[in-house]
Amino acid sequence: MSAAEKKFVYGIFNDDEVVLNAIGTLRSQGLKVKDVISPFPIHGLDHELGLARTRISICAFLYGMTGLSLALLMIYYMNIFDWPMDIGGKPSFAFYKNLPAFIPVTFESTVLCAAHGMVITFLLRSKILPGVEPHVIHPRMSDDHFVMTIQVKDDTDITKVESLVKAAGAVEFKS
Amino acid sequence: MGHHQHIEVTSTKPYEFTRKNRMIAGVMIIIGLIAIISQFATHHTQTWSNLLMNNFMFMGMALCATFFLAVQYVAEVGWSAVIKRPVEAMGQALPVAGVIMILIIAFGGQSLYHWMAPGITTPGAENYDSIIAGKSAFLNPAFFWIRIVAFFTIWTYFVKLFRKNSLLSDEGDGVVYWKKNRGAAAKFLVLFAITESIMSWDFIMSIDAHWYSTLFAWYTFAGMFITSIAALIFTITYLKSKGYLQEVTEHHLHDIGKFMFAFSIFWTYLWFCQFMLIWYANIPEEVTYFMLRQDHYRGWWLGSFFINFIAPFVILMTRDAKRKLYLLMYMSIVIFIGHWIDTFVMVIPGSMLTAGHHAAEAGAHHGNALSLGSVGLMEIGTTLGFIGLFMYLVQHHLSKAPLIAKNHPLLEESLHHAI
Repeated sequence: MSAAEKKFVYGIFNDDEVVLNAIGTLRSQGLKVKDVISPFPIHGLDHELGLARTRISICAFLYGMTGLSLALLMIYYMNIFDWPMDIGGKPSFAFYKNLPAFIPVTFESTVLCAAHGMVITFLLRSKILPGVEPHVIHPRMSDDHFVMTIQVKDDTDITKVESLVKAAGAVEFKS
Repeated sequence: MGHHQHIEVTSTKPYEFTRKNRMIAGVMIIIGLIAIISQFATHHTQTWSNLLMNNFMFMGMALCATFFLAVQYVAEVGWSAVIKRPVEAMGQALPVAGVIMILIIAFGGQSLYHWMAPGITTPGAENYDSIIAGKSAFLNPAFFWIRIVAFFTIWTYFVKLFRKNSLLSDEGDGVVYWKKNRGAAAKFLVLFAITESIMSWDFIMSIDAHWYSTLFAWYTFAGMFITSIAALIFTITYLKSKGYLQEVTEHHLHDIGKFMFAFSIFWTYLWFCQFMLIWYANIPEEVTYFMLRQDHYRGWWLGSFFINFIAPFVILMTRDAKRKLYLLMYMSIVIFIGHWIDTFVMVIPGSMLTAGHHAAEAGAHHGNALSLGSVGLMEIGTTLGFIGLFMYLVQHHLSKAPLIAKNHPLLEESLHHAI
């Protein structure tokens, strides 16, 4: 479904506690609160919104495993296969016997791939790549305001939604 | 989720140290005493190694609990206010551990430390050792005694001071006593960094007197600290299962679980750093330490690495695992066993070598100075005795004060802690 098919209105709040408490209030009044955009993490927000746990940790694991395998493969090729190295005066030329020397590189490669993979995945998923036109709902939403996204239908009475959202503590309303 | 809800503190009473629990702790201490005495009758030197190893763990748990407490003050940590009393109670075992340590070294020092042998630094003596003579400016019995007595005095002073101010805060103004403790904690942490490093060289590293590792103090600290966190988790689990400390929620458990997870990784990091540099450089006087452990204690040596790294890494990785009380308790037991083995590998190979030297000098084993330690009923019995003593002391001190320090200035934050 593209964004054009769904219609959203926005309540703008200036306090994290207020926005957190407003989620439950507005949902009990029948509004479909979809998301809250905040300039900083709010404790308990995920729980209150009922969001599913992020899958970025699964990505991190997969990227990490990729980095680990790549590093071991690279070292095996370089130091054992292509140019056997005498490591620490122990000319065993066996991969498993020389493994302690390879651990730091493997670790660094794991971290490098996991960290970069996570950041790139996050950027792609959030559509905030360079050159993409940012979707700014409110100019202060990355500063000190909190934006609540509420899904409405075509026939919803917007003025009623506005009064409910403002009653729950919103300082502004945008449709 | 109500964020300004008032949370009632229910743990206002001290812990009740029941007759049954006194009995259990007492029986464990008696088992320990029997094990120590019966082992002493047959394997004289091994008993001292065994006592040193167990008491070192026992002391480490109390010392690192105090370190943890001091960090909470200096960093002005809010979440941990509800677990302050169990941490304090663990620290109170430190003076007892100090007395036992001094007794062990006073009577068994020569069986444990090769460098303490008379005449070893005198040129021309039969057992003259030029390497130990070169270290004698630091490693001599007089300076050694000054150091350890000074360390235990400093630690006991701070343990008592933290406790005194904490108890006074229950009656008076929480902020004033909290600030006093914060000032003392800052001083303690500086002294801890110095005393803990030197203590680890004195008690453990000097067993293998020819060998040294610049990483040793850190490595010892990491091991002691996780053991301490494991003991803390066990204590909290027990208290919660008995209906105490209901203020400790899964959010607090998550934080303590993170400590256990993170410091297990930290321990592994240091273990591996120490091993890899020595393995890589392959310098004879350095590798002897690992050769002895690899050749004669391979299972224990590798086992401690796997139990202390792979188990917490795999099991405690997820968020959910760190929030489950009984899984944490189970892991705290696994980690305790893992670090028991680690301490075994740190102490026993070297001290049994010392025993071998003495036996060789006495003419018992001609030309064979290698004698090996093992784990049997006596070792387990001694450990049970020390666990019993620790349990007794912790429960005794828990029963002396309310389980929540009600005037702690950050208590409100701790009660509302949510992550």
